[in-house]
Amino acid sequence: MNLTGLESIFSSLVAGATPILIAAIGETLTEKAGVINLSLDGTILLGAMISFVTTYHTGSLGLGFFAGALVGAGLAAIIAGLSLFFGASQVAVGFVLTLLARDLAYFFGSTYARISAPQIPPLPIPYLSNLPVVGPIFFNHNILVYWGLILIPLATWFLYYTNAGLILRAAGENPKTCFSRGINARFQQLIYSIIGGSLVGFSGAAFALCFKPGWGQPQGAEGTGWIVLALVIFGGWHPVRACLGAYLFAFLQIASLHLQNQFESVPAQVFQVAPFPLMIFSLLLVRLLEGDSHRNLSMSQTRSSGFWQKIFSYLTGPAPSALGKPFSTEADH
Amino acid sequence: MKTDTVNSATKYRLQIKILLFIIALSLSFCTLLLIVAQIPPFSVYRHILQGAFGSWNKLIQVLNVWAPLTICATGLVYTFRVNLWNIGIEGQVIMGAVFATALLRINFLVSFPLLSLFMAMLAAICGGCFWSCITGYLKIKGGVNEIFVGLGMNFLSQGFLLWLIFGPWKRAGMASMSGTEVLSTSFWLPTFFEFKLAPIGIFLALVVIAVSLCLLQFTYFGLALKAVGGNPAAALVLGLQPNRYFLSAMLLCGALAGLVGYLQVTATYHRLIPAISSNYGYLAILVAMLANYRILPIPIIALFFASLNVGSIQLPMALQIDSSFGGIIQGALVLSALGLYAWHSQTLQRTRRRK
Repeated sequence: MNLTGLESIFSSLVAGATPILIAAIGETLTEKAGVINLSLDGTILLGAMISFVTTYHTGSLGLGFFAGALVGAGLAAIIAGLSLFFGASQVAVGFVLTLLARDLAYFFGSTYARISAPQIPPLPIPYLSNLPVVGPIFFNHNILVYWGLILIPLATWFLYYTNAGLILRAAGENPKTCFSRGINARFQQLIYSIIGGSLVGFSGAAFALCFKPGWGQPQGAEGTGWIVLALVIFGGWHPVRACLGAYLFAFLQIASLHLQNQFESVPAQVFQVAPFPLMIFSLLLVRLLEGDSHRNLSMSQTRSSGFWQKIFSYLTGPAPSALGKPFSTEADH
Repeated sequence: MKTDTVNSATKYRLQIKILLFIIALSLSFCTLLLIVAQIPPFSVYRHILQGAFGSWNKLIQVLNVWAPLTICATGLVYTFRVNLWNIGIEGQVIMGAVFATALLRINFLVSFPLLSLFMAMLAAICGGCFWSCITGYLKIKGGVNEIFVGLGMNFLSQGFLLWLIFGPWKRAGMASMSGTEVLSTSFWLPTFFEFKLAPIGIFLALVVIAVSLCLLQFTYFGLALKAVGGNPAAALVLGLQPNRYFLSAMLLCGALAGLVGYLQVTATYHRLIPAISSNYGYLAILVAMLANYRILPIPIIALFFASLNVGSIQLPMALQIDSSFGGIIQGALVLSALGLYAWHSQTLQRTRRRK
């Protein structure tokens, strides 16, 4: 394969990973603060539908993205509110919302299927896009791709190098201590669930207005939400690792498209589904090889440190201690 | 939920009150949605009712959905008892169907239809068990979250199913989304006269409910499951092996899911189709949640959900609205139930603390 072929593959890799990456960073923020938002798959679809319809009616892309983010924020607020203030199970509420949001998207979107609306225009960066190799790969995209690329260091910096990020992580690790230090952990968790959720809704809008333009049933973004959840969890709750996973998934999708043309005896449907199990099992493999101490009670907690285990331990990490355990000042006895 | 301080009469009154609240909340949500979408709400509800109970044929369709849904939801009660989320139930249903079909395709068994039908049932149960066993094993040995392994297994089984339908098992001549070759009628579960009702499915569902009720309520095994689910660390101290109970709950649930796959192949579709699981696995999770993870309400809720499923099929034809409205009602019901159960248990805690 010649250089331009490789360039185009890498360029579509950078573009294709963008919506997954934005959603993964949103979910990382949410889970770092101690809340599991399981509803991603439905949120992305509903965000995609609402943003598409908004853009179709108003003609404004900005309003479309805003509507998508608003939907994500609303769904996240339901999960966080029900679990933090009423003690409902986050996984249960999230699972119901996944199905409910998907059905809502199909229900309201059915009249908007297969029509066209404005899309994000390409925006090559002057001078930089003319650079050899790097130019076409990184600087010849639309504004969303740049935003996604900026978001990775931004989220890392926020989480690990700012005071607000420290408080966020503290709320996810030990809300009780936060409380005794005068920080309202519950409020922190609520706020970051909403911010994370709005990023997920935004990524849904990115699907409908840019990467898989239009609305239909199926839209094409189905299943992505589950992949994002797996990325965040198996990627050890670190934005950079989760984003590496996003690129791996985008690579698998592109590879399956290319392989589909090469192996005509294998049905195309298999290639469309293949990236999903491949992704989850490669994440699983990393997790198992890492031999983490995150094990069941009855298991011995020895942690050997072979070479490969050290390598793999860079790829995952421990869960926030208070993940999924809502904290309330009243529940203490 | 411990309500030992409250006597049973007020307890029932409270539960009925919560139930009414759940129905009122979700119905008003759905009606509001319809008004926003400028669709007359009452005609939608009337069409759903007519679509589910309008004729004997419709009622039989509802019962044919009810049986698999009930079996799946009952299976999920086992896994929920030990606090496991068996989202992989969808893939376990698919593998049950695949294993059953594989057995029915064996040539030398054609002359013994009854024997092979029975063998296919066993094969389906093995298929479901095998698939759930992988998830359970990775959970207890690898410490990997069962939700994600389950999802991976779902994707994997879906891919495997598609490969079978479009590859080795494709219909003679051309492969299509309509599935594999239809099984010979001797491999169809017997039905009542000209109706499409398969009594064996209903019978199996009733047996599963009765056995599970006894197993969970009156045996040591049921108590142990509850103990492990409530507090694995304490159960370990008591001498119970949590991992053993995690795995056996997974296996039981997988076996029941496999049975559903068998019913889908032999009673409903008589072949393998890409949507062989009909999403009953995910729907059954909703049923189990709405039942508050207890067995007794499951048949009633499953009947209601089944009638919503069947009733909303004709919505696109009659009113030009998407059939996913049935799913919206189901989701709204479960969401309001989760909210109200949580609110109720919290107020209960508060009043107890005040005492």
